[in-house]
Amino acid sequence: MTRPRETLTRNTTAARINHWITGGCFVLLLLSGLSMFHPLLFFLSELFGGGQWTRAIHPWIGIVLLVSYAGLIVQFWRDNFPSWDDLKWLLAIRRVLVNEEEGVPEVARFNAGQKFVFWSMALLVPVLFASGIVIWDVYFSPYTTIEQQRIAVLIHGLAATAAIIVWITHVYAAIWVRGSVRAMTQGYVTPGWAWRHHRKWLRRLVATGSPGPRPRA
Amino acid sequence: MADLQSQDYIRRSATTMTPPSIRDHEQEVAKLIDVSRCIGCKACQSACMEWNNLRPEMGYFEGSYDNPLDLGPSAWTVMRFTEWEDEKGNLEWLIRKDGCMHCEDPGCLKACPSPGAIVQYANGIVDFISENCIGCGYCVKGCPFDIPRISPVDHKSYKCTLCSDRVDVGLEPACVKACPTGAIMFGSKTDMTTWAGERIEDLKERGFANAGLYDPQGVGGTHVMYVLHHADKPSIYAGLPDKPHISVFVTLWKGLYKPLALAGIAATVLAGFFHWVVAGPNEVQPEDDVAAQNLLHPTDEPR
Repeated sequence: MTRPRETLTRNTTAARINHWITGGCFVLLLLSGLSMFHPLLFFLSELFGGGQWTRAIHPWIGIVLLVSYAGLIVQFWRDNFPSWDDLKWLLAIRRVLVNEEEGVPEVARFNAGQKFVFWSMALLVPVLFASGIVIWDVYFSPYTTIEQQRIAVLIHGLAATAAIIVWITHVYAAIWVRGSVRAMTQGYVTPGWAWRHHRKWLRRLVATGSPGPRPRA
Repeated sequence: MADLQSQDYIRRSATTMTPPSIRDHEQEVAKLIDVSRCIGCKACQSACMEWNNLRPEMGYFEGSYDNPLDLGPSAWTVMRFTEWEDEKGNLEWLIRKDGCMHCEDPGCLKACPSPGAIVQYANGIVDFISENCIGCGYCVKGCPFDIPRISPVDHKSYKCTLCSDRVDVGLEPACVKACPTGAIMFGSKTDMTTWAGERIEDLKERGFANAGLYDPQGVGGTHVMYVLHHADKPSIYAGLPDKPHISVFVTLWKGLYKPLALAGIAATVLAGFFHWVVAGPNEVQPEDDVAAQNLLHPTDEPR
């Protein structure tokens, strides 16, 4: 991998692999899940070898995602810990949205929007897993009542839609803020990028002489 | 069977367009089960197994006349026996033939995500088209009567077909043919309702003041109806629902929520797209690079 001098590590190799396993699972779950959610999208089940295959494979992908997302929580929870600065940043979100970040409170490794994505998924993934187990008919139908399964399937649908909306926001933000995709593919960002979007993070790295992603202790 | 043209669908699961329905000049049919005439011989169970080539696995004696104990993927009808004491302390042996009720508004069909896995014909019969079944179990959640059973072998859902193959060619269902007491009748729904009315009059004269027809309107009526001697309390007949209806959770999930969720997802995508059109990408500017360099190399001359 060619990497210009003086760039900063935004995400470690382990974090990136972990992220893309999660992302890949999410896309597969989204496609297979939507095919079983709305008749207009049933054709998506063909991507998985038909309806039976889709039904059979969806929960297993869910298990991989649960484990994978647990890995992301372990790696990212500290930098996503909410702070009062997030509130100030949110108050200035109008400026962020029109690409005028000058004067917006400085941001550490993650801004309030990124933290929202992180914690939303940290909540939704376990909800999806728990409700998914209840409607995993092949193995778990004997352990719950039909009424419980009805509630679970509704919760599963609600949580899935919420997760998809959060995911779209996440993907769009990565496209919108140039340089973010490379931060998760090749793992690095330029100092200018860090200055523009995560100035507090850059200042801490510089102050401790760290190449990223976290300041030296 | 599914390869044969039907062209008389009034409902087809997971289908947003009108299914082929031109051959709709058909009478609605109904099976009438007169509980007061049933002697619990299980001839209907045997006939069902014989006609449909079903052989449930051998079970165990569980101290009950119910045999098999429950419906299953290869037990589409089961006699359920209840020993019930009336207000005066008289014992009554209630025997109810359980199985699919063929609802006018079928919850299984509403819940099914697979196009054409569940259909309803113009005659009212609700049928599972097994080759389209994906084995998800949503029909189980949709059904107000706890009828469909999923086979652990082929992962398909099964239930009584009301012998749709026999009815198609003008025959009565196998259980009807086998019943030795005439407790199971089959015909047009209007004829069956009229016949039930006469029968209920009889029962009332014989002291069953609450005799009545079970054709629950919560599911739009059913194409399998019961004459009950105690129609005021259906649940004494081995848990026959008093007021069956499609669960509100299923209605929400399959009704309001389905289009709303897709609209929400589409709206988010559109919001992103128009943000891109209006605000455009957020790109690092040369002054950002300069400022960062000044931070990295504070002793250098400002560039």
